[in-house]
Amino acid sequence: MPEQSEKAVHVRYFAILREQRGLVEETITTRSATAVELYAELQARHHFSLSQNFVKVSVNNTFQPMNTPLHDQDLLVFIPPVAGG
Amino acid sequence: MFRLSPSPIDSKKIADTLVADESGAIITFEGRVRNHQDGKKVLALEYEAYEDLAMEEAKKIIAEASQKFKVQNIDCVHRVGKLDIREIALWVGVSAAHRDAAFQACRYVVDEIKARLPIWKKEYFEDGTTQWVNCQEKSRVH
Repeated sequence: MPEQSEKAVHVRYFAILREQRGLVEETITTRSATAVELYAELQARHHFSLSQNFVKVSVNNTFQPMNTPLHDQDLLVFIPPVAGG
Repeated sequence: MFRLSPSPIDSKKIADTLVADESGAIITFEGRVRNHQDGKKVLALEYEAYEDLAMEEAKKIIAEASQKFKVQNIDCVHRVGKLDIREIALWVGVSAAHRDAAFQACRYVVDEIKARLPIWKKEYFEDGTTQWVNCQEKSRVH
């Protein structure tokens, strides 16, 4: 596997993830290649209670599959189970 | 049209904007904050939204409903922030020439908003505990 280059991505947090992270947003330098890898990295670091099966991802304000590749300066939002209405 | 509102929803005022000469049916739905959930007494709810994505997804839902059903106008408002018991959390109004299309489109929009919009709800219980709905261990995968 080729070595993954380092990239800077912006992450915004909502609801349970915002509370568990204690932040609304941050910029992260990562070697994670995909959104699901980044979630695993953040979950391990911040002890998020939701496993990746419970989370969706939005990249640059559009829903994407969790295996979507990351690019420098992407805006990611991990979406906990929703409960509108 | 869809919007998020940090202030209380005036349902009568919005419903009046749907009235038109060609509309034989107007169906409105009010999702209100109730005082109980799973046998526990609820004091308040708090809604949080990811606005950019919620607006995009809501536009898609309204476009889908307009394609599937013969309706004239669809208007939706979702509250954000902390709500007391009885307050309106979600308001959906649909106008159509005939009732069947209006009923069906209203049901579709409400169901899809609940299932798809990046909006989260925190329950404040009488016993002092709180929880983000659907975010507990036993919750379904969405």
